[in-house]
Amino acid sequence: MNIIKILDHLSDKELLSKTSSRRDSFDHMKNMGKKIALASIPFGLAATSSKTKAATMSMASASMMATPTEILNFALTLEYLERNFYRMGLDTSGLIPQEDQAVFAQISQHEDDHVDFLLAALGDDAIDEPTFDFTGAPGGLNLDTFTNYQTFLALSQGFEDTGVRAYKGQAGALIDDDALLTYALQIHSVEARHASQVRRMRGEKGWIIKSENTLPSAFSAIYGGATPESNTTQGGVNLSGMFPNNGGDNAITAAFDEPLTMQEVVDIASIFIVS
Amino acid sequence: MKNKIKVHDVKPIRNGRRQFLKLSGTALMGTGLLFMAGCSDDDDGPNPDPNQIFDLGTGDLGVLNYAYALEQLEADFYSKVVNDANFTSTFSANEQQVLIDLYNHEIIHRDFFKVAITAAVNNDTSKLLPELEFNYGSLNFGNRDMVLATSQTLEDTGVAAYNGAGKIISDPGYLLVAGKIVSVEARHASAIRNIIATGTVDGGDSAAFAGDDIVDPMNGLGRALPPSEIISAAGGFIVTPFTYMEQGVG
Repeated sequence: MNIIKILDHLSDKELLSKTSSRRDSFDHMKNMGKKIALASIPFGLAATSSKTKAATMSMASASMMATPTEILNFALTLEYLERNFYRMGLDTSGLIPQEDQAVFAQISQHEDDHVDFLLAALGDDAIDEPTFDFTGAPGGLNLDTFTNYQTFLALSQGFEDTGVRAYKGQAGALIDDDALLTYALQIHSVEARHASQVRRMRGEKGWIIKSENTLPSAFSAIYGGATPESNTTQGGVNLSGMFPNNGGDNAITAAFDEPLTMQEVVDIASIFIVS
Repeated sequence: MKNKIKVHDVKPIRNGRRQFLKLSGTALMGTGLLFMAGCSDDDDGPNPDPNQIFDLGTGDLGVLNYAYALEQLEADFYSKVVNDANFTSTFSANEQQVLIDLYNHEIIHRDFFKVAITAAVNNDTSKLLPELEFNYGSLNFGNRDMVLATSQTLEDTGVAAYNGAGKIISDPGYLLVAGKIVSVEARHASAIRNIIATGTVDGGDSAAFAGDDIVDPMNGLGRALPPSEIISAAGGFIVTPFTYMEQGVG
């Protein structure tokens, strides 16, 4: 991965759309063997087959820090998931009420854009789109995602809040790449706008108090993790108890979103990934 | 004039105002009037003594002071909002709760930066941005639409500021903290935009929460702006002059 290549791709809108359509036509025809082989690899590391070994090795040697290519493919997988989810939702007649169509059309458009953007950035290093199952069957669930709007909304919130935490968790690994870091932050903030909106449509606040949520218990990891949303220590300072007149610890935890590690995100997303 | 002094060969602050005027008419179109109102106040004043102007500093310290300035502005703004005599009649109960939440969050952000910077400079508070004074011009805190519009501008500007400043940060710990805060600012911006667009706090109805004016519809990227543009824009509210020489402000 080199940034010149990314910028070349991104600066050429025609190439970007060409790349996208080329991939659409090839995606489903690519060899199944590769997809099956990749199924056993955490999706964030599943680069093209020639890259897989290197990705796995680099993960083993530097377990905390992924390469930019790994991070972009990790992000791409999440964006594939979101794109697929919203497209299916919008395509399901009678699922999304008329008054909420504009909201999900806008979110869906952004996820389309993010996939295209990451595909253009990755070029030949981009992973293929996984096969998703939004009933959660791969994770042992049986959700009525596309027949019950409340379930659809709950998953939307879960995916958006996970997305925010996922990008945040990789910012440090991009610290030496100004352009990529900025792009990641720009997507990160859009996911947060989505998350706030969907949370509020569900009657939650737009921000996250402690690790509280109204999602099915199977998704508690979305607000947990090594640094849970209930964390009150920021920059080495434990702020707990310091703001009794400003909402207390509830407000402290709401004022700071927390990261998820790549593995934590993989574990959440894997609930919906068939292969 | 504040008491923390850093001597510089400073260009007149007037330079920054020209940038601001340009920006308020373009990137911040629609909210420019609010900035203009704040800005016009210091047009007539004397040029500040360059020797008394605080410089935000360089490297990570500069970014931290920069963030501290923005959080001071947000905290001050919401403090005036929630303490306005007509707060409970100006806003619905649900809107009041949202604004109180934002007030609390921004106070926490502001005070967190004060603590973090103080620690970063080993208690050498001459390097800590002083408390700034603000002026909101003709903004009527009893006017719902004006307050919400200004809130949206501040939140959107805050998001663009952190997005644009991330690459200046060299310490991963500071970068992570900035990331933790920027997404909360984005959550705020989304909520306020939705309230303005729909007149309710129930969500739905509108794409304004992540509208094409703030998220580029061509690539799905949120706005990112460099400190020079942010300070020029927010400068309309900030009475206390400061510079950020490393980033071309001053």
